Amino acid sequence: MRKRAFWLVLLCFGMMLYACKKENEVKDTVSEFLGFKKPGNFPEPEYKLDNNPVTEAGFLLGRSLFYEPRLSRNNTISCGSCHIQSSAFTQHGHDVSHGIDDRLGTRNSPPIMNLAWNKAFMWGGGVYDLDLQPIVPITTHEEMDESVENVMAKLRQVSKYPTMFKAAFGSEEITTARFMKALSQFMIMCISANSKYDKVMRNEDGVSFTADEQAGYELFKVKCAGCHSEPLFTDGSFRNNGLGPSPIDDQGLYTATLQATDRYKFKVPSLRNLTYTAPYMHDGRFLTLNGVFDHYIGEVQATPNLDPLLQKQDGTRGITISTDERAKLTAFLKTLDDEDFISRKDLAEQ
Amino acid sequence: MAVAALFASCSKNNDNIEPDYNEDNLASLSVEFDNIVGERTLVLNNTASLYTNAAGENFSLSKVQYFISNIKVSKADGTTYTVNQDSSYFLINGADKTTRFATVKVPEGDYTKLTFTVGVDSLRSTMDISKRTGVLDPSGSMEDGMYWGWNAGYIFFKMEGNSDVVSDDTNGDPTRKKQFKYHIGGFGGYSAPTINNIKTVTVDLTTAGIARVRSDRESNIHLFVDLLKVFNGTNSFKIAEHPNVMFSEFSTSVAGNLSGMFRHDHTEN
Repeated sequence: MRKRAFWLVLLCFGMMLYACKKENEVKDTVSEFLGFKKPGNFPEPEYKLDNNPVTEAGFLLGRSLFYEPRLSRNNTISCGSCHIQSSAFTQHGHDVSHGIDDRLGTRNSPPIMNLAWNKAFMWGGGVYDLDLQPIVPITTHEEMDESVENVMAKLRQVSKYPTMFKAAFGSEEITTARFMKALSQFMIMCISANSKYDKVMRNEDGVSFTADEQAGYELFKVKCAGCHSEPLFTDGSFRNNGLGPSPIDDQGLYTATLQATDRYKFKVPSLRNLTYTAPYMHDGRFLTLNGVFDHYIGEVQATPNLDPLLQKQDGTRGITISTDERAKLTAFLKTLDDEDFISRKDLAEQ
Repeated sequence: MAVAALFASCSKNNDNIEPDYNEDNLASLSVEFDNIVGERTLVLNNTASLYTNAAGENFSLSKVQYFISNIKVSKADGTTYTVNQDSSYFLINGADKTTRFATVKVPEGDYTKLTFTVGVDSLRSTMDISKRTGVLDPSGSMEDGMYWGWNAGYIFFKMEGNSDVVSDDTNGDPTRKKQFKYHIGGFGGYSAPTINNIKTVTVDLTTAGIARVRSDRESNIHLFVDLLKVFNGTNSFKIAEHPNVMFSEFSTSVAGNLSGMFRHDHTEN
């Protein structure tokens, strides 16, 4: 009997030791590079990870390239110049992006966020593969005004890069494909999935919505989710949301497809991290969320291809939202802010 | 007797008996894209001796580049061989004579028909970037590159030059250099459909000389590529009216003229 008790004590002690050991192991794993992990409440990614598995060395190289001003003609502008982490990788406060030699573009800098779930890139489409997307800002006159060929020639002269390419891809050779794949590895790791909304959806840490947030969520599902579908808060489609054409008459998707039915259609943006990403719309015309509400409530214009969801049965246009509903929707939209995403050290310039 | 001797001396090899068709026994075949402008050879920056199109417009050329891909050859009995796709993309550059040959490997045999694509097929245009090496590497500059970043796809045909008929306003050349630019591309679109300017050209070799491909020599199909056809083809147009054609509806008219540029002159066996 006594002997039995002894073994029992020993067993408990052993279990305790094991538990301690396990905790240490968990800690080690967290500090290790985990690679691309799909958040529990997200669908399968669109990006073909099989063609470009994310590795620690590839991610580190991608991050280095993302913050590398040599990507621009005069080595002054990096991707991070217009995609600033503290603004959820947009250029806060700029209606249109501000590039090389103080040149101005024509569109608002979109966030580098959850791109692995994107089917198309750019406000007006035209790019359908993340690996080909960086060519656009690098070669655009108002952005970096450089050629990819020349960027690679410059990188070959910087001692750290051949070493980093070797670590990521097995040899020091710097090619277009490797350069693009490394950038993609960094960009697809910019995942925003730690907002209050996400925690509620995943039943994490006992987090729950306030009454207003919950009411706002219910309103959202009825009035907004037709285009800004969960959990990415965009359905990835191109739609005309009734903005009056800009002075430059940017026709959006039409420019890339030349189909009359695509005139004035722009990519539906995600509603995540709105607090950090003002101003809004493809040309940054609305400085505040209130400006956006005002548009949908009373300013939607009957331009060609206006989205049917904004066409009411009584012949008027827009979305009916009362003052009270606006407050509740705003409360809900704030739950999509992801403080962790805009402050994570691993995504920052080192 | 003398005539027979003459014929014999013309042929490098008296053995004109066609070998058995064997796809494991490949030999070299080159297709020469010899750029011409009407009755004249192509000389870039010919400002002292201008070319003239059917509309009577005088012009010089400063840049001529185009993709040739997906080469196929057929025999009289209909047997067709498609060149391994990875080795079937060529960028012909008027400024670099060494690029005028598209050299491929095909089985030994006598070929009566040549087929190729002007441009880059849609499959390759949507492939992973790791499959876009060599001439398909999209890293070129805006000036010399053959790739549109903003509307991801290759420029199939690029021809630039100058003409006094080009206006100085925004429809022409506001920099007053009197420059015209034709950048023709469009493979039909990734997911949303759009213009498709891919052209397939088939050349009958029976009139000007079939290609006798043998492993011990190189057969060369010599084509003339008449750039004047860009203006004077089935959809003829004036430089003054369309000095800049890039990704637009009108590009399909210009693309319609491209197939007519290729003419088989002779074959060197």
